[in-house]
Amino acid sequence: MSSSLTVEEARAQVDSQTKELINWHFSPETGCPYWLDWAKNAGWDPREKVQTFADMLHFDNFDDEVLRKEDPAKFIPKAYEGRPYNVFETGGTTGMPKQRIGWEDYKTDYTEFSEHYGPDFFPQGANWLMVGPTGPRRLRMAIEHLANIRGGACYFIDLDPRWVKRLIGMGEMQMAKAYQEHVIDQAVTIIRHRDIKCMFTTPRLLESLSLRMSLADAGIRGVFAGGTTMTPQYVKFIQEEVLEGKINYAPTYGNTLMGLAISRKREPGEYSLTYYAPQPRAILRVVEPEDSSKVVDYGEYGRVELTTMTKEFFVPRFLERDEAIRRPECDEFPWDGVGDVRPFQSGTKAVIEGVY
Amino acid sequence: MQIPILRLGETYESADLVKLNENLTTHTANPGLIRRDLLRINESKAALDAIPAETLADYCEKAAELFINAELPCGDSMQGPDDYVESLSALTRLPHTLVKMNMSKIHAAMSQIRIVIGGLTRGMPLEIFDKGITSVGGLEVNYYPTTSSLGVSLPSNAPAVNSLWLPALVMKIPVLLKPGREDPFTPLRIAQAMIKAGFPKEAFGYYPTTHEGGDTLLTSCGAGISFGSDVTVRKYAPFKNIQVHGTGRSKILIGEDYIDRWEEFLDVLVTSISANGGRSCINTSAILVPSHCKEIAEALAAKLAEIKPLARDDSDALLCGFANTSLAEGIDGMIDDLLKEEGARDATADHRGGGRRVEAFDQTYLCPTLVACDDKDHQLANTEFMFPYASIVEMPQSEMLANIGETLVVSAFTENKDWIQDLMLSPDIERLNIGPFPTNRVQWEQPHEGNLFEFLYRRRAIQGDLSVAV
Repeated sequence: MSSSLTVEEARAQVDSQTKELINWHFSPETGCPYWLDWAKNAGWDPREKVQTFADMLHFDNFDDEVLRKEDPAKFIPKAYEGRPYNVFETGGTTGMPKQRIGWEDYKTDYTEFSEHYGPDFFPQGANWLMVGPTGPRRLRMAIEHLANIRGGACYFIDLDPRWVKRLIGMGEMQMAKAYQEHVIDQAVTIIRHRDIKCMFTTPRLLESLSLRMSLADAGIRGVFAGGTTMTPQYVKFIQEEVLEGKINYAPTYGNTLMGLAISRKREPGEYSLTYYAPQPRAILRVVEPEDSSKVVDYGEYGRVELTTMTKEFFVPRFLERDEAIRRPECDEFPWDGVGDVRPFQSGTKAVIEGVY
Repeated sequence: MQIPILRLGETYESADLVKLNENLTTHTANPGLIRRDLLRINESKAALDAIPAETLADYCEKAAELFINAELPCGDSMQGPDDYVESLSALTRLPHTLVKMNMSKIHAAMSQIRIVIGGLTRGMPLEIFDKGITSVGGLEVNYYPTTSSLGVSLPSNAPAVNSLWLPALVMKIPVLLKPGREDPFTPLRIAQAMIKAGFPKEAFGYYPTTHEGGDTLLTSCGAGISFGSDVTVRKYAPFKNIQVHGTGRSKILIGEDYIDRWEEFLDVLVTSISANGGRSCINTSAILVPSHCKEIAEALAAKLAEIKPLARDDSDALLCGFANTSLAEGIDGMIDDLLKEEGARDATADHRGGGRRVEAFDQTYLCPTLVACDDKDHQLANTEFMFPYASIVEMPQSEMLANIGETLVVSAFTENKDWIQDLMLSPDIERLNIGPFPTNRVQWEQPHEGNLFEFLYRRRAIQGDLSVAV
């Protein structure tokens, strides 16, 4: 949801959230076993040293291997003990996926997203169709919640990205193509036979769908998309040709650890995207690849660093496998944004992107 | 200069731009753009189908003159032949002499299009592309197109390879072209010359794009042609409709009957190794001799070492600079590393008077290199690099064919009929020159690598009352 705060107020809000959540996660009464054990071994007490968001630099970059190795139950805050929880996964093409647990965070994120867009953008009461990775993903629950709070139901067509990535890794391009066709076939069937007005999907699947049918003529009014790089040209192409200039388009940047970052409004003819994290629950910084304690200058590319701070989950200074341009605050969001996000080029692991 | 995309003849400005130098920006096509344009490819095919193939061949001949002489649209500017030469040279580091030589090859392919297509169809009249049926030696034959689009992913280092796709237009198959990053000019200049000569503009797609875009172009068109290394060959191996022009590993085989005359052919060997800056797959990369290996190696090395780096606009320039300096460093380092293994020595090293890698005229060069291999299985004995490089290996003539492996061009210096027959039947040779000819020799009536006509058209059995059809 866009914010009415000033830049200074937004900064103060993040500092306040930092202090509150550090206390929450590192107090034995409320914190989780993982972070309490971590603090014992670290030899310093975050509750003393971390008073503002700038103090988060006392933490090293979070190693997400922890989310593969550790039992996710170790992340249950004491205050949430005994409450059933969801396990959400990401990655996992080979070996263990990364796992994050949660309760209400996804609802908070997507309620806020819903409030950002008016009833005309995604018609109130309309049914939704999600075409993309469902399975053990936060996104699947989130989209259904989004449809429900806007008064509609949600249909799902699953695409398993782990299998697609494996097919591509094996050089089975034709099989990957056939699988995608299979997914699109199912989506076309649902759109033709049910009253669908809104969609969540990936840009690539959206494009494939549009090669089979006019989405505008099929009654689609709003599309929410994310999951892969969207260059300015990609956005132009999606808006002008895939959506025929007739369908509202909400590109987003998000993942299981953060939630979702909304893209700011653009002027006509402007196609470069800038995303704003859902502060104060998550904060994105664009940092120097060689020294993540320093942010890059505005207008420069750097690596995306995420800090998530909710009562359910805490991840300090996680270096995403993405890079982006650091962009300043805007009318809707009085904090830094990340622009033209793309895979981090100098990473040591090859990234298969845009597969679905 | 801005070079936008041509979407089946229509200019399209992308929001993704690549600045190649201070004066040149290309527009990048997202892969979806290509997929979407292919939805309309039948309109492009219909536009070509509406024109008799004889007329299209006339247009192609006219386009040859326009390509080599005219001011033609190049993005938002007009480009004359001299601008083309300098612009391409500046990006690719090909010297002007070699750009002009490549221009001449393309001109020849266009101006001799009837000979080229005749070579591919074994002399069938062009009406085969209008009617699908013609008579060959009294037998009616029916050919039909297997695709309505040809996608071509082009390299940056060899402008003349553009001559391979252009016959497709006379065969009435629209083309979608992905230019090499450093050569956005050549395919566009050919397309613009053809459009100006009369070809329907919707028959041409021109998409500067990413690797993913290149994959899309090749896998989404009904037929695709790509150029690259062994890695490229492996990548597209599962796609029967994609023809990959990979590493050439072209060779000269000198027969026992010719070997005592080796001094007569030194210039042919030098030309085979160094023509076109040694960048083509049809350049010789290995010489197999039955004897005299040391003497030939020394004499050839001395001659190759005479080829020195010169400025791009020097009329005697033969060597190309490397646009990507790190690539030159990588190749140089790899050769030095492999030379540390026993069984090979750089015969040119003593004659060069310096290192292989040379910084001169504001660019990096790799000087001609001949590696004499005692061990036929040495890693440097049968490989190929993007500069004048060759190995020389001694082995009995009787063992040569068993050792060449897949080879694009073999020039066999021999008149031995039995051996020639063995060469003729070898499955490892794509193009065979009999006699002391350079491997880079081109005869337009012979197919290059693969036969474009057989790639784009298939013969169908036809029976019954054919008088109704013809």
